[in-house]
Amino acid sequence: MRVVFAKELDRIMATDPRIVLLDADLSKANGRAELHKKYPNRSFNVGVAEANMIGVASGLSSYGFIPFTSTFTPFSTRRVCDQITISAAYAKQNVKIIGTDPGLSAEFNGGTHMSVEDIGVLRSIPDLVIFEPVDNTQLVKSLPQIIDYYGTIYIRLFRKITPDVFTEDYVFDLFKADVLHVGKDVTLIASGMMVKPTLEAKDQLEKEGYSVEVINVHTIKPIDQQTIIDSVKKTNAVVTIENHNVIGGLYSAVSEVLAAHYPVPAENIGIQDRFGQVGKLKFLIPEYQMTVEDIVHKAKKVISRKH
Amino acid sequence: MDLVQKTKDIRKSVLEMIAHLGVGHVGGSLSIVDVLTVLYYKHMRISPQNPKMVGRDRLIISKGHSGPALYAVLADLGYFPKEWLLTLNQSNTKLPSHCDMNLTPGVDMTTGSLGQGFSAAVGVALGSRIKNDKATIYTIIGDGESQEGQIWEAAMFAGNQHLNRLIAFTDLNDAQIDGPTNEINPIYPIDKKWKAFGWNVIVVQDGNDVFQIDEAIIQAKRSRKRPTMILLKTIKGKGVSWIESMGYANHNFNLSKEQLETALKELV
Repeated sequence: MRVVFAKELDRIMATDPRIVLLDADLSKANGRAELHKKYPNRSFNVGVAEANMIGVASGLSSYGFIPFTSTFTPFSTRRVCDQITISAAYAKQNVKIIGTDPGLSAEFNGGTHMSVEDIGVLRSIPDLVIFEPVDNTQLVKSLPQIIDYYGTIYIRLFRKITPDVFTEDYVFDLFKADVLHVGKDVTLIASGMMVKPTLEAKDQLEKEGYSVEVINVHTIKPIDQQTIIDSVKKTNAVVTIENHNVIGGLYSAVSEVLAAHYPVPAENIGIQDRFGQVGKLKFLIPEYQMTVEDIVHKAKKVISRKH
Repeated sequence: MDLVQKTKDIRKSVLEMIAHLGVGHVGGSLSIVDVLTVLYYKHMRISPQNPKMVGRDRLIISKGHSGPALYAVLADLGYFPKEWLLTLNQSNTKLPSHCDMNLTPGVDMTTGSLGQGFSAAVGVALGSRIKNDKATIYTIIGDGESQEGQIWEAAMFAGNQHLNRLIAFTDLNDAQIDGPTNEINPIYPIDKKWKAFGWNVIVVQDGNDVFQIDEAIIQAKRSRKRPTMILLKTIKGKGVSWIESMGYANHNFNLSKEQLETALKELV
């Protein structure tokens, strides 16, 4: 996704002088080094100093620019929580904060770099928007809306190659969840890199005779309550599937909607309040019980809990 | 303009607004009145009728708790009615304890979590350079605030970016909440630190003397490559003898109407 992101930023920067890039010594890893060469007056590498990066971004925003900061997910969030809270969100700035390699996708960088808590950390900050694209098509379609929206947005970006979920005719709305498949027995609500395996779990469940609804939540805050409520009124059962601690992330956000509006049984797939560790996704996904089979199992479990 | 008389008027206004509420950040507000006076009444290119004028000079008070000093100046310049001053820190006020750019006309940055305003000032100076609008960006940090790591992240970046139109001040009053800065966690040698980070450093021996401050700013504006740090040796609570003698204990304290009367006698 970093390649597509950089290409889109290049296209936008060519015509929008408000866009400024800030990197913290990961411009190469995040695919932005070429942009720094092409737009030297609007691209800055602050070095390994993330707190200052968010502060500088806020200052630039107050001057009318739209800064896009970038570093790995944990250093874009938990490390700079106070700067995002006060300099960006509380001061009503227009900063776009990109965190790459979310959750288990940090792979060989291991537990120190594996953000299981970034959404949880940021979700309690008022006004902040939290967005996690699923694939390249959605990412490309999201950028104009992200730029048009005045406010601070955290963009949780899978850095490497992602399988396609959306097609070219997909209509994107930053604040609207996507119903990817319609069904009536259970609602599977997924985000980010877990959307693809969730669709595979849906296929498997349908082969076994279940009717499954699948929803993608790309904007976890503010969450699209209506789409979730409309779905559970039909299905009366939910499984959330996320690449994040089940505390503070999608499961928490969906549970808050259910508790307030339409309580139904809910199960979750995600990191079960554990730290990360080194390994390829091939190892980590089963280790953290986040496989397609795990999703199928939880779906059947929640269906059995109905009534 | 008689800048010395103006500093007395501003100090009076600071004490009146804090005494009206009964409590507030007296010491750190009084110690920066002189630098604010020299900036706002002599150096800054601003428009009180158009607070968001494009290309204006800006001031970011990173030690955001000194808001009352700035409010006194802004009201005097006509950014908002003077009556607002008596609403300091009251419910629904536009003048909160710490500076808020979205509430108060003339405030250029929201500050209060120490260290952050300074980074933002560096970002503002960078923005001004990108637009090439020749604005001068001023910022004030505290000596206690200089213990924050973010100050030095921003210092290194600003020095390396050669942001020569960034002029910073340290309110070197050697006092922080828990005691003298020199006892809590000393920041000295502070001039050498700033020099090592690529800054032009000017030491003002009496940081409450408007003429010495003015001279330092004139000198700072001549810097062609480096941002400038002006180290102001100030007295916390400056202007009222009994408040000065409280030392670090004057950071935030209860100020009665009777105490106000005795204080104002020294400010005529």
